[in-house]
Parts: sequence; structure tokens; C-alpha cells
Amino acid sequence: MKPTRLTECGNWVLERFPVTKFWNDHMAHYYAPKNFNFWYFFGSLALLVLVNQIITGILLTMNYKPDAKLAFDSVEYIMRDVPWGWLVRYMHSTGASAFFIVIYLHMFRALIYGSFKHPRELIWIFGMLLFVALMAEAFMGYLLPWGQMSFWGAQVIISLFSAIPVIGDDLSLWIRGDYVIADATLNRFFAFHVIAVPLVLVMLVFMHLVALHEVGSNNPDGIEIKASKDPWGHPVDGIPFHPYYTVKDLVGVGVFLLFFATVIFYMPEMGGYFLEHANFIPADPMKTPEHIAPVWYFTPFYSILRAIPDKFAGVIAMGGSIVVLFLMPWLDRCPVKSIRYRGGIFKKALFLFVISFLALGYLGTQPVTPLATTMARLFTTIYFGFFLLMPIYTRWEKTKPLPKRLTRTHSLEEQLHALEEQLPALIEEITELKAVDTEIGHLAFKSTFFSRRPNPQGMAHVISRLVKKLKGSLD
Amino acid sequence: MKNLIALILLLTLSFGVVASEAIELQEADIDLSDNESLQRGAQHFVTYCLGCHSAKHMRYLRFALDAEVDQKKVLKDIAPEGASIYDQLRSAMNKHDAEKWFGVQPPDLSLIARSRGADWLYSYLKSYYLDASRPFGVNNLVYEDTAMPNPLWQLQGEQHSEIRKTIYGEYTKLVLEETGTLSEKEFDIFVNDLVNFLVYVGEPVQLERERIGKYVIIFLLMFLVIAYLLKKEYWQDVD
Repeated sequence: MKPTRLTECGNWVLERFPVTKFWNDHMAHYYAPKNFNFWYFFGSLALLVLVNQIITGILLTMNYKPDAKLAFDSVEYIMRDVPWGWLVRYMHSTGASAFFIVIYLHMFRALIYGSFKHPRELIWIFGMLLFVALMAEAFMGYLLPWGQMSFWGAQVIISLFSAIPVIGDDLSLWIRGDYVIADATLNRFFAFHVIAVPLVLVMLVFMHLVALHEVGSNNPDGIEIKASKDPWGHPVDGIPFHPYYTVKDLVGVGVFLLFFATVIFYMPEMGGYFLEHANFIPADPMKTPEHIAPVWYFTPFYSILRAIPDKFAGVIAMGGSIVVLFLMPWLDRCPVKSIRYRGGIFKKALFLFVISFLALGYLGTQPVTPLATTMARLFTTIYFGFFLLMPIYTRWEKTKPLPKRLTRTHSLEEQLHALEEQLPALIEEITELKAVDTEIGHLAFKSTFFSRRPNPQGMAHVISRLVKKLKGSLD
Repeated sequence: MKNLIALILLLTLSFGVVASEAIELQEADIDLSDNESLQRGAQHFVTYCLGCHSAKHMRYLRFALDAEVDQKKVLKDIAPEGASIYDQLRSAMNKHDAEKWFGVQPPDLSLIARSRGADWLYSYLKSYYLDASRPFGVNNLVYEDTAMPNPLWQLQGEQHSEIRKTIYGEYTKLVLEETGTLSEKEFDIFVNDLVNFLVYVGEPVQLERERIGKYVIIFLLMFLVIAYLLKKEYWQDVD
């Protein structure tokens, strides 16, 4: 058959620009392990949020004014007079928090399944660089609405640089471009937030993905699927990313957007966590707010900063809390990747780490009290203990034998089905039938019937079984 | 190890007890779909607040459209004389005078409901009491040493503070000394309308946002069902 004009045209392009090759390498012929679970949605979701931030960000710049005199009012102008401006602004502000939620879960996934380990160290490093760039992006973006929290938050964070010996004061002056946060600061933060850092972010995402697709994805079993291949050279336990994971991620996107839309339309301030109340007051260099708290996603690190009595040491500790994350691939000496086959000591350490991270996050939102400071110090110690003691305790780990091939995990439907089958027995156990006497009205009309009443003994039984099971899962 | 976890949990939970508000706020009854209340609130705002405070992010036209009031009626009943429907709610007081009279420029109130919250505003406006040590002879229980005189004193009357003792400790109670032109109940409604209006002014799009939200959620639920069925279809052979 003679090729049509259109095919010829297409071929002309393809001979010069390898679209199909690119598509196949990264989507249609990229083999991903077939046992990805819940934790594997967050990579693609992070990409989705990044795209959301870029598009809504571009739309916002069309009406935003990076000028200390105009910035605050221009945001309100967007909220009120620009058609759909409120939606774009809320998508951007909610997107910032969503980005951190997604990224924290994405990083946690890497911790539990050992995705940072050989041969994926570089993916982890690029990912950590992305995290740092994201924090810079969020920090500078938060100054732009020019509210009280924007101003004083930035003032506190930039003054940290002045704690550095010798060059500190000059350095913070150089960063601000003025003796206090001012118009010059706003302008340069705008430049960084809108073009410089996003460029870095996009480049790093590209490198993160190239590195990932070179070595292949890790999986919940933490074994290499490339170890067993079929005669055509494809991993036996792999499936092409497209269409399998594109359609699966679409489900994840649906669930994520449901939460995202609920926040945007019904609770855009999220009780003062996503949009802080004090930030609805225009920046005033003469009036310090009673309580300066950074946005929730910075609070764990802010807590670490406050926990250290000396300012410079605090800055070092805060920086260190992020630097240790970079070192994960070398701190962890255990050859087994996935938490499924790792020893109890790692599980317990990780559990403590998660608790301390959340607690530090909470403490960072609260005013300083002696008790809170003591707690912050305790959790800071645990935070660093998790990383710095890792080379020691991961050596002692009693790991479980690894499977040769991927194990099959039960899908959500199967789990629900199993639960449904267990439910009658469970209800039987936590309740008991009791005879109940009733009297209706004043009539001497008595009847006795059996009714289900909670059975404390049975409940205690079920709970103790659950606790034992939970404890067992930590061994 | 077990003791440690228990200790951590105990200490973490105990924080909630430490952090409690000093003054209990009274609850405002906010209903943004109550156009009558919004109109009354707007009227009160222009009469009693606009003299000193602007709400510069709000236009009369936007209010007319949102509260479904005729534009002419807004100009006649609500806006000050000579205002155009496209005008923002700006105060005529200039910064220089304001600073001379009150020490500070009265803040713009466009976003006050978002920074302070409805209950705070409601309680604040009701909590003035006589205090001879202050420049205007009044102080406020919710916002101590406020620079603002009580603009509503003729309506509410004058209150003085009394310290009451109970078995739980001491608390301050405000007692009406001289009744105003409104009864206590009428005054509550008056303040509530005003706060309702301020909440609306804080984010005029609120009702619209919640209305649109329903359709977005319904759309996303449908999308989710289709995406799930598609995933199931593709994945049926993968074991």
C-alpha cells in the first residue's frame, strides 16, 4: 500500500525527531514492577501538582504586582475582581501545601521500601535536591502575598543567615537587598519564585526521571525485577508503564483531586494551616505579630531550630536535619531494601522517626513554653538518632529471606472482601446476646426479647489481638 | 521502649490542656445566604464604621449583585450620598487626621473577618466597658487597650466590668449600667448583622465557591468511577 500524505509527513518528522522512541523508552516499553501499591501513586501526583503550580502560577503573574506598595492589594484584586481569580489563587495556595503532603509521602515510600539504596542512590540525591529546591520555592513564594506572616516569616528565616560568624550580617543584607525585608527583597524573591527556581525544579525532575528509567523502579518487595527476564529480555515481573500504570495513576489522580477540590472549595484556609489568618493583614514592618509560625510544612525543621539554645548551632542543626537525608544511601548498611524483609530494629527506629517528625511539626506551630522546648529537644534527638545511629543498628538487623520473584499483594477489593467475610464473626465476638425486659406504658404487658449489647470482654480480646498483631509487625 | 512510647504519647497529648484561650468568645450566627441580614449589615457598616474604616476591596456594585439588591436601592439606602455604584467602600477620613485623633490609622476592614474571625469580631463589638483610665473612657475585654472608642455606645448603652467569684475562680462580667436605644436582643442582632456583612466582605465569592464545589465534586466522582473501571479492564489479565 502506498503511504498517504499524512503518514509521509509524520515519517518526515520522526526521521528527524524521535518522538516514538522517546515515548517507547519512557512509557510504552518502560517496564515497571507489577506490584506497586498505594505508596507508588505519589510520584505521578507530585508531577501533577507541579504542573498545577506552574499553570496557576503563570495565570497569577498576569495580575500580581511584585511591589511592596501594590502586592497585597493585587492579591485581593485577583480574589475579587479577576474572573475566576479566586479559583486560580486557591489552586495555587492549596497546591503548595498539597505539594508537600505528596512529597513527604513520596519520601516516606522511599524510606520504607529502600528506594534510596544501590543502584538508586542518584535518584535519591536528585530527589533530595528537588526537595530543597521546593522548600526554597515555597519559602520565596510565601513572601509574595505581602501579609504579616509573609513579612515576619521571611524576616525570621533570613535573619538566620546573620548567625553565621564573620560574614553573617553582610550575607543576610546581601540576600535581603535592604536592612529589613523590603521592596527589593520582594522583587528578587518574585524573580526567583517565578523563573529561577521553577527552571531548576523542572530540570531536576527531568534528571530524577532519567535516572529512574535508567535503573528501573524499585517495588514493595525491594528486589530487582531485572534479575529474572523472559526470552525477549523483558522482566517477567514487569509490565509496560503505559497503559497499565497510566490508567492506574488516573485512579490515583481522581482520588487526589477529590481531596484537593474539597479543600479548594470548602476549606481553602484549612483552619489557618494552608492560609494563615495573620497573613490577611498587610505587612507592617512596625508591628511584630504575637506569634510567628512558618507554614505547616516547615514546622518540623523550625522546631529543630528552636530546640537548640544557641542560634548558630540551631541553624547548623536545621541544615543538618536536611543534609542527613542526603546521606541515607550510605548511612543504611542493611543489604535488604524493603521493610517487609527487614529486621525489627529498623521498623522500630522508623516508627520513632515518624512520631518525632510529626511531633516536631506540631510543636513548630505552637508558641514556645518550657515543656514544649523540652519535648522538641527530645524529638530532635530522636530525629538525629534515627540517622546518625543508622550505620550501627542496621548492621545488627536480623533480616528475613528475600523472595526470588515478586510476591502477590492483595488488591483493595480482595482486602475489602476478606474483611466482609470476617465481619460477622467479629461482631459475634464483640457483642453478646442479652435478655431484655420491656414494659410498654402502664399496662402490665411485659415481654422479653434478646438484644445485642456490647461485650467488654470480647472487645478487650479483639483489641489485644490487634495490638499483638501490630507488635508482631514491628519485629 | 514501651515506656518511652507511652511517655511520648502522654506528653504530646498533654499540650492541648496547656494551650487554652484566655477569654471565651461568644458565637456569631453567620448566614451569608440571608440577604436581609447582609443589607442591614451593610447599612450599619456605612453608618457606624465607614466614618473611620474603609473596606477598599469591596465595591457597592459587587454587593448589589451578590446580595440581590437593586443598584439604585444600594445607592439610596446604603451608600453615602454622592457615591457611585462602581466606588469602593472608602472612608473619607485621611491618614493625617486619623493619626492625630486616634494615634493610629484605623485599619481597612476588607479582610478583618478573615484575620480575626467572626466570633472575635462579634465578641469584641459587644465587650466595651467604662474605664476612666483610657483616652476615650472605654476599654475592651476582648482586645485590651484598644485604640478604638465604642462606636455603638448609644445603641448598646454603657457597661461596666465586675469581677465575679465562683468556685472555679474569678471571671469578669460586663453589666449594663445605662440602657441604650436598642434592647439587648436587638443589639445582638445588630452586631450579628454587621459581623455577617464583614464575613461576606472578607471573601465575597464564598457562597459561589461552595455552590460550584458541589458540581466539581460530582464530576470528579464520575471521573473516578470511569477511571477505576478503565483500570480494572486493563488490569484483569495481570496477576
